[in-house]
Amino acid sequence: MDITQRCHLLIEDLSVARGERVVFGGVSLRLGSGEIAEVTGPNGVGKSTLLRAIAGFLPLGSGRMSWVESEATDSAPLAERLHYVGHLDGLKSALTARENLEIGLGILGRGRLTPLEALDRMELVHVLDLPVGYLSAGQRRRIALARLLVADRPLWLLDEPLTALDRHARALLKAIVAHHLGSGGLMLAATHEPLGLPGTIQVRLGAR
Amino acid sequence: MTRILLVVFLRDLMLARRIGGGGVLGVVFFLSLVTVVPFAIGPDLHLLSRIGPAILWIAALLASLLGLDRLFQADHEDGSLDQMLLSPAPLELVVLVKCVAHWFVTGLPLVLLSPLFGLMLDLDGPALRAVAATLLVGTPAFTFLGAIGAALTVTLRRGGLLLSILVVPLAVPVLIFGVSAAQSGTVPFLTPFLVLCALGLASVVLAPIAASAALRGAGE
Repeated sequence: MDITQRCHLLIEDLSVARGERVVFGGVSLRLGSGEIAEVTGPNGVGKSTLLRAIAGFLPLGSGRMSWVESEATDSAPLAERLHYVGHLDGLKSALTARENLEIGLGILGRGRLTPLEALDRMELVHVLDLPVGYLSAGQRRRIALARLLVADRPLWLLDEPLTALDRHARALLKAIVAHHLGSGGLMLAATHEPLGLPGTIQVRLGAR
Repeated sequence: MTRILLVVFLRDLMLARRIGGGGVLGVVFFLSLVTVVPFAIGPDLHLLSRIGPAILWIAALLASLLGLDRLFQADHEDGSLDQMLLSPAPLELVVLVKCVAHWFVTGLPLVLLSPLFGLMLDLDGPALRAVAATLLVGTPAFTFLGAIGAALTVTLRRGGLLLSILVVPLAVPVLIFGVSAAQSGTVPFLTPFLVLCALGLASVVLAPIAASAALRGAGE
């Protein structure tokens, strides 16, 4: 893990509109290295939209968002410094777990763990050479989460990361998140079930 | 950067091989169109060899349209497109590489088989060469123009029909110059062929920009 420099994600009074409808407004957040924030709120309040807007998939309505790396060797845009795992796992059913992770690494760049090591962390080595289409929803989820370990990016955006995971896999996820934060990473998760890590910043949407 | 694009290229070829369908489907469709036409027109070999290049071109256009709707849709549906948006490589280049890979799978077989199918339409040697040469330049243009339609209809579940309606008008200039170059006779080969090359190159440059803009907007 070589995220030694300090990173900051600053969001000030952000609002996002889809079409004419303002999905949410007035979100502010300051997230630094080693910090985790959880976005909570009822269904349809815009948690996923917030994550997708930060990832750059949606245009920002108003407000400001900035990304600062104090010892940045290259001024890479935020989109190249973040991981996004959403409701769709971004895996190809026809390809094996190993191939999917190799492609994920190839597309995202900056390798950290090999696909084998990453799957080992998620305790899925036995499915390494099985097509992902044969696997269960929880196993696919774990492979998508293993992608977080394969490419080295400081900011993790996870949308409902606990969905489909069993109790053991949740513990694994908690462990890799804790390790990521411990080595200076940042994480923003949209979730209904808190991960329960100490020092979690709460961002509550739709509190009117 | 080159490595990323190579990964995308090999990935699309690998997926095409694993899933199958696309390329073979286009070839079978191409073959069936070329086979059916002589039955409809009748046993007039002169007529067949005169309109043969045009038939091959129309068949190539329709066969090219077949697999295009899945070009970006498959990646949009499973979230792979999001990962590509996070890549350090510009989306325009990723789209370009995806189009090239798509052409390798669907367009190139049509070009390679066109002389064989041309024989069924009683084309002679020079005409076969002319058709193959024009298709070699023309089918990439179809793929790239089609990518614009594929990107615009990426969120539509049954976007294939709309895609064809969007793409066919754009493909008409390519068809006109392609067929007039392939049909030796009234005009010399080179003039329309060079215009065809220009159309092909313009589509390679402009279509990825248009398609990327459409894909970025698709999230909204």
